[in-house]
Amino acid sequence: MSVIVWITEGTWPACVAAALARTSPDEEIVLLYVNDDALAETAHGAFAGLLGRGHRERDPGTRLEHLAAASAHRLLQDAADRLGRDCVRMERAGRVEREVVLAAQGADLLVLARDGDRDRLGPHSLGPATRFVVDHAPCPVLLVWPGEAPRTTLPPPPPPGHHH
Amino acid sequence: MPTGAPARWRTALSTTVVYEAVSVLLLLAVLAFAVVRPRGWPEAAAAVPAAVLVMLVGAVSPHAAWAQTRSLLPVVGFLALILVLAQLCADEGLFEAAGAAVARWCGSGAGRLLTGVFVVASVTTAVLSLDATVVLLTPVVFATAARTGARARPHVFATAHLANSASLLLPVSNLTNLLAFSASGLTFTRFATLMALPWLAAIVVEYAVFRVFFRTDLAAGTTPGAPQPNPELPVFTLVVLALTLAGFVLASFAGLDPAWAALGGVLVLGGRALLRRRTTPRELVGAAAPLFCLFVLALGVVVQAVVDNGLDTGLGRLLPSGDSLTELLVVAVVAALLANLINNLPAVLALLPLVAPHGPGPVLAVLIGVNLGPNLTYVGSLATLLWRRILHTHGTRAELGPFTRLGLLTVPATLLASTLALWGMLHTIGT
Repeated sequence: MSVIVWITEGTWPACVAAALARTSPDEEIVLLYVNDDALAETAHGAFAGLLGRGHRERDPGTRLEHLAAASAHRLLQDAADRLGRDCVRMERAGRVEREVVLAAQGADLLVLARDGDRDRLGPHSLGPATRFVVDHAPCPVLLVWPGEAPRTTLPPPPPPGHHH
Repeated sequence: MPTGAPARWRTALSTTVVYEAVSVLLLLAVLAFAVVRPRGWPEAAAAVPAAVLVMLVGAVSPHAAWAQTRSLLPVVGFLALILVLAQLCADEGLFEAAGAAVARWCGSGAGRLLTGVFVVASVTTAVLSLDATVVLLTPVVFATAARTGARARPHVFATAHLANSASLLLPVSNLTNLLAFSASGLTFTRFATLMALPWLAAIVVEYAVFRVFFRTDLAAGTTPGAPQPNPELPVFTLVVLALTLAGFVLASFAGLDPAWAALGGVLVLGGRALLRRRTTPRELVGAAAPLFCLFVLALGVVVQAVVDNGLDTGLGRLLPSGDSLTELLVVAVVAALLANLINNLPAVLALLPLVAPHGPGPVLAVLIGVNLGPNLTYVGSLATLLWRRILHTHGTRAELGPFTRLGLLTVPATLLASTLALWGMLHTIGT
């Protein structure tokens, strides 16, 4: 059984820290990175838009696929270094939120970071991908703040006599 | 046998209908071939026979076809020079240097990074054409985002969008601009002056939409890794590029073709690269995309057959001729729709002869439509569907969802803002 840590740009250090703090040394930690297919697709599409320019080898989408693979590798390496203990690195590609849910099948815990607007705490404080993962995760989820948890000012209470 | 004037008229009409049907079918076949490129054949392999065929069946006279080709030749030559110039700049590391500068100055936050990407992509598109932004800048932008630890999605999408919407400024920014430029009769500087505000308006609207649409990815911030060595700034290349731009303006004042300035830039940078053995004559010719130039010339003849055999009277009646705000908006929207239906290159070739007699206002409105429209469907809807199937057979899925949703927000808004700006420019500084 294992703990899956969803590594994404910008917020991954908090997830790695949370995974270290909340797992026992004998638990397996999986660092998961999902390559966003939409990036290469957009570059392929923009190149197709240059109708008539031929030369598939000039397609920037192909370059992007290679660059994205290298970048994912580097990011997982950084995360593994930060973790400083044995872990499994898992790289997937596709629609990010779907791949995370699929990868979390059978896991004990999925660690991910909040990534919405930190200045305005809800409603809709999670980004669409994170929201999807939280909604569909097939295992318990640990949702961490990417930085220090902000001070929450609660919205005003409902007026007396108001029933949900 | 039909007799009398009405019968002859009927015969002539039905012949025209047949010619139009044949021309439209050939145009669609040429576009489909260009998207599919069976066995990697060049696009011209279908376009040139199609152009010959419309002449042989009589849908366009050889005289008219030659006149069209002759009017397109200087435009295509100018484009080839800009393509070579962009490749030479890339060979000298200009784009990597720009990416590194953006990472250095804007790497502290994803929002700042987006601003930097917007500036670099807008300037690159305006000066070195959308080809440079799509082919040469996109990978650099991805690498820059990765280097600063930012999520790449907003920045890569920005590059794809700005290749279209930031291509309004100069005649050299887009092939469609070069075509409109030669049809408008404007000077280089006049064109740039009139289009400066529409260009800015489109970029500002895109920026505002991007900040909201990608707010989650932008809020995730950056986590810069280990500092990397900065590539050297190619000062010589930058200076030559600036002089080439100045040359466009000077040539325009002197009444010369601005293509001479582009030729000057290519000769200096190309000569230097050849002397230093950084490129070969073969690579330079390849960068000029001679087969693409041939494709454009042949496409011009096929589109002319479509225009002459009915589109001119049909669509011509639909298009307003004035430069009031409503009329400009109608022209821009029709152009955007046509660009999305077929593709913006045949769309601009078809629309320019219809609006050119009405002066620069409607010509520039067509340009706004055909340049901003492609942010909705990459190649025009029919071709995009075909393209998607091709990608699928190569094992790549193309989910058009995010791109289309973004385009539905930006395209109507940028169309409106840019046309409004154009109307303002036309009525304050005139043509």
